[in-house]
Amino acid sequence: MAILAQPLTWLNLLLMVIFAAILLVILLVFVMYALYGERKVLGWIQVRNGPNRVGPGGLLQSVADVFKLLIKEDIVPRNVDRFLFYLAPIIAFTPAFAVLAIIPFSENLFFANSNVGLLYYGALSSLTITGILLAGWSSNNKYAIMGGMRSVAQMVSYEVPIILSFLGIALMAGSLNLIDIVNAQKAAGMWNIFPQILGFIVFVIAANAELNRTPFDLPEAENELVAGYFVEYSGFRWAFFMLTEYSYIFALSALMTVIYLGGWSAPFGLTFIPGIVWFIVKFLILVFYLFWVRATFPRVRIDHLMGFAWKVLIPLALLNVVVTATLKLFGII
Amino acid sequence: MPLRTEEMLLNIGPHHPSTHGVFRVVVKVDGERITGAKSVLGYLHRGTEKICEDLNYTQIIPYSDRLDYLAGMLNNYAVVHSVETLMGIEVPERAEYLRIISMEFSRICSHLVWWGTFVLDLGATTPFVWAFRDREIIMQLLNELSGARMTFNYMRVGGVKWDAPEGWLAKIAEFIPEMRKKLKDYHTLVTNNEIFVKRIEGIGVYDAEKAIDYGITGPNLRGCGMDADLRKLQSYSAYDRFDFEVAVGKDGTIKDRYNVRMKEIETSLNIIEQAVKNIPEGEIMCNVPKLIRPKEGEVYTRLESSKGELGVHLVSKGKDKPYRIHFRRPSFINLQILEELLIGKTVADIPPILGAIDIVVGEVDG
Repeated sequence: MAILAQPLTWLNLLLMVIFAAILLVILLVFVMYALYGERKVLGWIQVRNGPNRVGPGGLLQSVADVFKLLIKEDIVPRNVDRFLFYLAPIIAFTPAFAVLAIIPFSENLFFANSNVGLLYYGALSSLTITGILLAGWSSNNKYAIMGGMRSVAQMVSYEVPIILSFLGIALMAGSLNLIDIVNAQKAAGMWNIFPQILGFIVFVIAANAELNRTPFDLPEAENELVAGYFVEYSGFRWAFFMLTEYSYIFALSALMTVIYLGGWSAPFGLTFIPGIVWFIVKFLILVFYLFWVRATFPRVRIDHLMGFAWKVLIPLALLNVVVTATLKLFGII
Repeated sequence: MPLRTEEMLLNIGPHHPSTHGVFRVVVKVDGERITGAKSVLGYLHRGTEKICEDLNYTQIIPYSDRLDYLAGMLNNYAVVHSVETLMGIEVPERAEYLRIISMEFSRICSHLVWWGTFVLDLGATTPFVWAFRDREIIMQLLNELSGARMTFNYMRVGGVKWDAPEGWLAKIAEFIPEMRKKLKDYHTLVTNNEIFVKRIEGIGVYDAEKAIDYGITGPNLRGCGMDADLRKLQSYSAYDRFDFEVAVGKDGTIKDRYNVRMKEIETSLNIIEQAVKNIPEGEIMCNVPKLIRPKEGEVYTRLESSKGELGVHLVSKGKDKPYRIHFRRPSFINLQILEELLIGKTVADIPPILGAIDIVVGEVDG
């Protein structure tokens, strides 16, 4: 299945395109139903119904929303930097989709069996910042530029603890290859979440910030910055930013499943249930966690946010690396 | 080499999600830091005071509902109380009790909206929905009493328009313990949340002296440790027959004001509980002439609204219409300290500082 590892022939290129299209469709369906699920979960926590009009139980609500966005008028404000304004959503979205290539969904279902999987993820996902900064800059709007600047400060800071948590994982498995990481967890008979609990906590918090979601949704802080960096965007360009955000929910939850929750490996020896099911279950628990946090937390302030990253998360992540390396050195884990 | 930075004028409002209506503040920012602020008012000015000069006293009451539209009953009372004081009318006991029940409900409504929107300004969405859910129950109760959810037009000079419908008081008695339980949930959800506490720390602080200099009243003043509640100090209406405690803060921080308002909800529930228990039977309206024509003179009456001291200065020339009526609107006066509080803080602090003052633009602009 490692389709991207084949030599580049016309047939393989065709296959790559087809599989990429399938993945994109899966992603889009996930995004639509993540939106629906999020609204349902929010509704449930906030004692209201959530979407329930379009389709049975509101199941087609997101589909309708997407079509609405597609047919909306394409508004470009007069004084924007047109080229960058058009380019920004694409730059933001492309890496969000590209990182999915290295996620192994089950033993046989993956796109690239790369030996630098973790590094690839870290490197590509930081490109999204460029898109967000460009969006803030090119919009020629004060709220947008403040949102863009905040977002850069935030994402650059929170990438450090994420990469440091990766280090702990790499030490555990002795590899950056995501499939090897899952196999190492299987072989050890223990998911990384237990020996790497500190790293996991740091990662979950930093991932939340990386996703720009409550309580770290400062770049789009509605109550101060109206909508932040995409305040001037509408229609499908705006949808691209939402798509980026939800693609990262998909990607980060999938990544956390792989590196901390043992990917497709079954707990308690329940191997008769196929691996992909376990993957989906773990993945959905993590997605639900993100929705839950969003429903119950207020937003932090930018200086607290930066202080928290540099003074709390990074030392903790470093400590985790040192502890893991020491334990590894003495052969305890 | 230091980077050259430029100050930027940022126009917050009148169309901005956290200005609670059409209020505008122009801030000068250096990065995220505020170096100057100027508030611009008047987008919702309807000239209520001028309109009132052409209306007779009963017609003024519905206009008062639209001042602080989150707590209409309190405004109703402000108007009728001033006219009654000028005319020396004794209001029947049952009417006073009904007024107190409805006023305290209005106060709870106002504080609930404040709580929900204040926390919403900090980015938490759920408390807002919870607050509105519980406010809805109160609005339904007031609807049964007066026939309106927000713009009640319930009180009249000399009493109230409607008696409590059958079973209404029993419904309230049922509602109060439920509301107390929900208040506990509110505290669990928000009050000690680490992020929430951090967000409101060190901003919007002033001491009692400054508050008095600015004429600040209500929870904003009591948050500084001043025990100043007109319900106790003046015991207008029938408040002297109730046993309740005034919630007082300590240091004038936003957290203090938050605690004062949350405690005031409990106080109001206590007052309502006592009122329901002790409400006497009898008339709800005393004998007043069909055409209300106070004798020549002027009067200033005040009451403790949910925002502060709501005063009415009424000048009568013996006609059926006031010669001049002035509302001392606490939102407007409490707001004046905003510009001073904002300087030196960050853009992210604007919503909590403004939110903690608790304004209603209808009342600010009059």
